[in-house]
Amino acid sequence: MGGGITLDHFLVLSLIVFSLGLFTVLSRRNAIGILMGIELILNSANINYLAFAFYGGGKYDGQIFAIFVIMLAAAEAVIGLAVVLAIYQNFKTIDVDAAETLSG
Amino acid sequence: MLAQIIFYALAALTVGTAALVAFSRNIVYSTFALLGAFMGVVGIYILLAADFVAMVQLLVYVGGILVLTIFAVMLTAGIADVTVSNRAVGTGPALVTVGIAALVMLYAVERTPWHQGGALTVAPTTYGIGNAFLGDYVLPFEVASLVLLAALIGAIVISRHEAKE
Repeated sequence: MGGGITLDHFLVLSLIVFSLGLFTVLSRRNAIGILMGIELILNSANINYLAFAFYGGGKYDGQIFAIFVIMLAAAEAVIGLAVVLAIYQNFKTIDVDAAETLSG
Repeated sequence: MLAQIIFYALAALTVGTAALVAFSRNIVYSTFALLGAFMGVVGIYILLAADFVAMVQLLVYVGGILVLTIFAVMLTAGIADVTVSNRAVGTGPALVTVGIAALVMLYAVERTPWHQGGALTVAPTTYGIGNAFLGDYVLPFEVASLVLLAALIGAIVISRHEAKE
């Protein structure tokens, strides 16, 4: 790519997005907020896959992995949100600290 | 020069909205900021010559996951109450952990001599991806459909109310 954009630019961008996602997962109590952080982390992984596919000069393997990641993220979001709604029906809250019936 | 401007604009959009997702006090703002993050990532994909993946991202993330997330936010009560809906805890330890992890990864990114072939030429990718899915990747492709079916059934079973007799 012209203009002096290198692989490192994309890797650092994905690193920042990953860090923000990790912070979201670690600091949120809202279960839906945690799921949003996971989506950010998966997006940063996909940026890495596509950047390596682009600068590695290979074939479409990186892009196909990215499609599989998107597919699994969709499945994860569906199941995760279903679990969140089930928790909400039982506990009337989606604060993850409230769902602690199993802790002794 | 133009590529640089486009890259930094897209990176600013992505990082800015992702930061809003991470730090916003209101869960509704976080959800709508996620839209900006996904759109910025779509632009990054197009910049990386991955037109098909960009469209898949647009359809699946923006059209599917984001709408689902908004539904989930709206279906769970108490969203108007900021302290209840999006309370953040342990911000200090989380910041320290994320900072250390980010520094280690930055060190790895900067020090590793990445293998770099010639950059991919910008061309339509659907032909190659379609052939790969029905050639080398046909088994993962079929297993993926099985995973999606299991997720579909699982989501229905988990989230529906039990019918009372």
